[in-house]
Amino acid sequence: MSQLQASPRNLITHGHRPRLRARQFTLDSGFEFVVRALALVPLALMIGIVALLLLNASLAIVRYGFHFLLDSMWDPVFEQFGAAPFIFGTVFTSLIALIVALPIALGAALFLSEYAPAWLREPLAFMIELLAAIPSIIYGLWGLFVLAPIMRGSVEPLLKNLLAPIPVVSALVEGPTIGRDFLIAGIILAIMILPTILSIARAVLQAVPQAQREGMLSLGATPWETIQHVVLPYARPGILAASLLGLARALGETMAVTMVIGNSSSKISPSLFTPGYTIASAIANQFTEADKAVYFSAIVELALVLLLVAMTMNVLARLLIARVSRGPKGARL
Amino acid sequence: MNTSLSQASLSRRMLINGAMTLLLTLCALLAASVLLAILVYVTIQGLPALNLAFFTERPLPYGEVGGGVAPALLGTLTMLGVAGLIGVPLGIATAIYLAEYGRGMLASLIRFVVDLLAGVPSIVVGVFVWAWLVRQVVGNFSGLAGAVALAILVIPIVTRTTEELIRLVPDSLREASYALGTRRWRTILFVVLPTARAGIVTGTVLALARAGGETAPLLLTTLGNQFFNLDLRQPMAALPLQIYSYAVSPYEDWHTKAWGGALLLIAVIGAFSLLTRVFSARGK
Amino acid sequence: MLRQFVLFVSLLMPIVSCSPSDAPKPTSAPATTSVPQASTSTSSATQGAVVINGPFAGEAKTLNGAGATFPAVLYTKWFNEYEKVTSVKVNYQSIGSGGGIKGLQDATVDFGATDGPMTDEQLQAAKSAVLHIPMTLGAIVLTYNVPEAKSPIQLTGETIAGIFLGDIKKWNDAKLVADNPDLKNVGKDIVVVHRSDGSGTSFAFTDYLSAVSDAWKSKVGKGTSVNWPTGLGAKGNEGIAGEVKQSPYAIGYVELIYATQNKLGVADVKNKAGKWVTPSLDGVTASAAAMAERVPEDLRVSIVNAAGDKVYPISTFTWIIVYQNQTDKAKAIALTRLLWWATHDGQKFSGNLAYAPLPDAIVKKDEAKIMSIGVNGTPAFPGK
Repeated sequence: MSQLQASPRNLITHGHRPRLRARQFTLDSGFEFVVRALALVPLALMIGIVALLLLNASLAIVRYGFHFLLDSMWDPVFEQFGAAPFIFGTVFTSLIALIVALPIALGAALFLSEYAPAWLREPLAFMIELLAAIPSIIYGLWGLFVLAPIMRGSVEPLLKNLLAPIPVVSALVEGPTIGRDFLIAGIILAIMILPTILSIARAVLQAVPQAQREGMLSLGATPWETIQHVVLPYARPGILAASLLGLARALGETMAVTMVIGNSSSKISPSLFTPGYTIASAIANQFTEADKAVYFSAIVELALVLLLVAMTMNVLARLLIARVSRGPKGARL
Repeated sequence: MNTSLSQASLSRRMLINGAMTLLLTLCALLAASVLLAILVYVTIQGLPALNLAFFTERPLPYGEVGGGVAPALLGTLTMLGVAGLIGVPLGIATAIYLAEYGRGMLASLIRFVVDLLAGVPSIVVGVFVWAWLVRQVVGNFSGLAGAVALAILVIPIVTRTTEELIRLVPDSLREASYALGTRRWRTILFVVLPTARAGIVTGTVLALARAGGETAPLLLTTLGNQFFNLDLRQPMAALPLQIYSYAVSPYEDWHTKAWGGALLLIAVIGAFSLLTRVFSARGK
Repeated sequence: MLRQFVLFVSLLMPIVSCSPSDAPKPTSAPATTSVPQASTSTSSATQGAVVINGPFAGEAKTLNGAGATFPAVLYTKWFNEYEKVTSVKVNYQSIGSGGGIKGLQDATVDFGATDGPMTDEQLQAAKSAVLHIPMTLGAIVLTYNVPEAKSPIQLTGETIAGIFLGDIKKWNDAKLVADNPDLKNVGKDIVVVHRSDGSGTSFAFTDYLSAVSDAWKSKVGKGTSVNWPTGLGAKGNEGIAGEVKQSPYAIGYVELIYATQNKLGVADVKNKAGKWVTPSLDGVTASAAAMAERVPEDLRVSIVNAAGDKVYPISTFTWIIVYQNQTDKAKAIALTRLLWWATHDGQKFSGNLAYAPLPDAIVKKDEAKIMSIGVNGTPAFPGK
C-alpha cells in the first residue's frame, strides 16, 4: 500500500505544467515511439535467430534434405550427416524425464493445493521452486559425481536383474551398466523439469473453482474422490500443457545432459543403458570444432531443428493453457 | 461416478483416500528432499574449497594444486552487469509497450514472440550469438558476446513479469494521474512503474540470477580465460564454465574446486531469491 | 627489482634487429644451440642465442589461443610462466584440436593448436597461408581402469583396433588373455572411452589404428572427429582421463601425462618391430628420430607406427598453427616472441610433464618458420 500512496505525491509535484503542454505532447509521442521501437527488438532478435540459423544451415539443408532427419549415420570423416541418433536421444531422454517427473510433480502439486496446511504450503512450494533456480551445470556436477556411481553400482544392475528375464522388456536393459546413458540423463532431466511442471500444475489446480470441490465434498465424497472425479478432469488440459512445457525444457537442456549421457552417436537402441547424444549435447560438444563447412552447417541445422521443436511445444502448451484458464493470469502462465 | 461412490464400502473408500493422501504427501516430500540432497551435498563437498586463494587467485596450470576462480567470478559479474544493462531496459520497455500502448496485430505478435523467445533453448542462443557477434561483428570470442547471449535470455523473463505487474496496477491510479493533467509518459514512468517496482525488481533479479548460472551459451561465445580480464572485446572467464572444465577433469583438487564453485553459485542465487522474496513481500 | 634488472640486461644486449630490412632471414638461421639457458651471453649475436627474457615495447599484452588438449598440461604451464617473464597474458582454452583449427580458420583466435596437422582441404578453408610449428612431442597411451591387472596390460595394434571397433567386448576375450594371463577371470564388459570433441589426439590415434588395422581403415578411417563404432564420448584428454578414473573397466587414450598425473594404468604396446614398449619419452624420441628424414617442408608429419626396436608406436608431434601473414603488428610481435620462447626456453618444462623436447633439427626448422611470420611481408620477430 505504501507504494500506492507514494504515487499521488509524484503527481502533485510533477503534475500540471500547462505551459509545457506542447512539449509534453511531443514528449508523449516521443516516449511512445521509443518504447515501441525497443519493443521491436525481441521481434528482430527472433527473426535474426531464425534467419541466421537458416543461412548457416543452408549448405546442409540443400545437400541432405530430409535425409538429415532420417539417416542414422553421423560421420564427419566421410561427410555423412544424419541426425536421427540425436533426435532419438533427445526424444528418448525427454520421455524418460516426463514419465518420471510427471507423477511426482502432479502428486506434489495436488498435495500442495489440496492437502497441505497453510503453514507448510508456502515454504514447501518455495523449496521446490528453488530447484528450478539451480543452474544446469550443478545438476550435471551432482549427476556426474553422486548419481552416476549410484546408478552404476546398484540401480542399473538391479533393473537389469529384474527386467532381463522378461521377454521384449529385456530390450530396455541390454548392454553394460556404466552410468553414462539415456536413463541417467532422463533422471537428471526429470529432476530439472519437476519444478516447471509442478508450478504450472499448481496454478492450474488453483484455477479449479472451489465450488466444484465443495459440491463434491458435500455429497460425501472423500478428498481423494474429489480429486479423482472433479479436480483432475477439470485440470486435465492444463496438466497436459504443463507436461508439454516440461518436455520443451527437457529438449533444450544442455549441460547437465552432456555431463552424463555418454556423448556417443553410434547407435539407436531401445536400451536405457545406451550411451548416446541429445541434439543439444551434440551441439555443445561439436559446435566449436566443426572445421569443415558442411560439418559446421550440419551442426547449425541441428540447432535449427531443436529451435523448431522447442517452439512448437511452447506454442502448443500456451494454446492449451489459454483454453483451460482464461483470464488475465491464466493466459500468461 | 455416483455408482462408484455408492458401490464401494465406506471403509474401503476411506482406506483408498488415506493411501492416496500418503502417496501425494510422499511425492511432495520426495521433490523437496531432492533439493535438500543436492544442497547438502554441494555444501559438504564445496566448503573445503572455499579459502582466500579460491576467491583471489587465478587458476593454475593443469595438475597443479591450488589457485582459485577469481577471474571467473569477475567475468561472471561483469557479463551479468552488461547483460542487465542491455536486457533489463529492453525488457521493461517492451513490457510498457505491451501493457500500455500495445493494441492490435503488432502487440499480439510481439507478445507471441516474447513467449517464443522465452522458449528458445539457451544453446541455440549461443549458436546465434556465435554466428552473429563472434564470427561477424567482434571477430573473436569475447565477453561482449557472452553478455549479449545472457541478455537475450533475460529479456523475455523481464518482459513477461513486468507486463503482468503493470497490468495489475489499477486503472484508477492512471485516471487520477491523467485527471491532474499528467501526460501519459510521466504517468507511466512516475506512477505506474513505481507502483509495480517491487515486482519488477524481483523479476529482474531472478532473471539475472538464472542467467548467471547459464553455461551452454557461454561455451560458444566467451570461450573462457585463465587470466583476469575486464576487456569486453576479449575472451572472459565465467564461473559456470570454470565449474564445467573443473568437473570433467581428472584432478581431485579441481573436483573440489568445482564443488566450491557450485556452492558459490548456489549461495548467490539462493541469496538473490530470498532477498527478492523479502523485498516483494514488503512491496505488497 | 628483478624485473628492472632483467630490463637492464636486455637493454645491454646487442640489438639483433630493429628495422625490417635486416630482420633475420630464415635461411641464415644458424641454430648453434637449442639450449637457451646457456646462451644468455651478451656477446653472441647469433639467432640461436636469442632469448626472450622480458617485455618488449610495442607488443600486444594479450594473446588468445585455443585448441588441442593433448599438450594443454604443458601449454598452461608455459603460459603461466611466460606471463611472469614478459607479462603477456596468453589465454589458452583447450577445446580440442578441431576447435583450434576452426578457430584459426574463422580467425576467432590469434593462434590455434592441434596435434593432427590440418588437411589440405582445411588449409584451403583458411583465410591465408597457415604455418605448422611443432611445439613438443608426446605419447598417446592406452589408459585403463582394471583393478585386477597387476602388471601393465599388453596390447597389440590388432587388439586395440578390436577393442575400439567393438569386436572385443570383454576383458577376458581370448585375444586379450593370450597376452595378459591376468585377465583370465575378468569377465567384465570393456567400457570404451573416446573423444566427443574434434581431437588431434583422436587423429593420431586413428592414424595409428588405420596403419595397423585394415578393418579400422575401411570402417572408420582417420580424422579429428570420426564415427566411433562403440563406447562413450568424453571431452578433451582430461575428460577421457576423468571418465576412465570414474568408470571401472574403462579404457581410453590420452597423452602420457594425463595417465601418470592421475596414477592410471598404462598399457604396453607392441611396436612394428614386434617389441613390447612401455610408453616413455625415449620411445617418443625414437619415433621422431626414425621419421627425421621424412619431415616435409611444411612440417606436417605423422610419426605413428615408426620402425625401430625402441619406438613407441603411437607418438605424435603437436603443433601451434598461425597465419604467416598477420594483420595486427603488435599481436604479430607478441606471437613470434611467444613461439620463440616456447620452442627454446619452454622446452625445459617438457621433461617433467612427460612430453619429449623437440629435436634440434626441428627447432631449427621452427626458427625459420617463426621468422617468416610477418605483417604484409615484413617479418615481425624483433629478435629478442
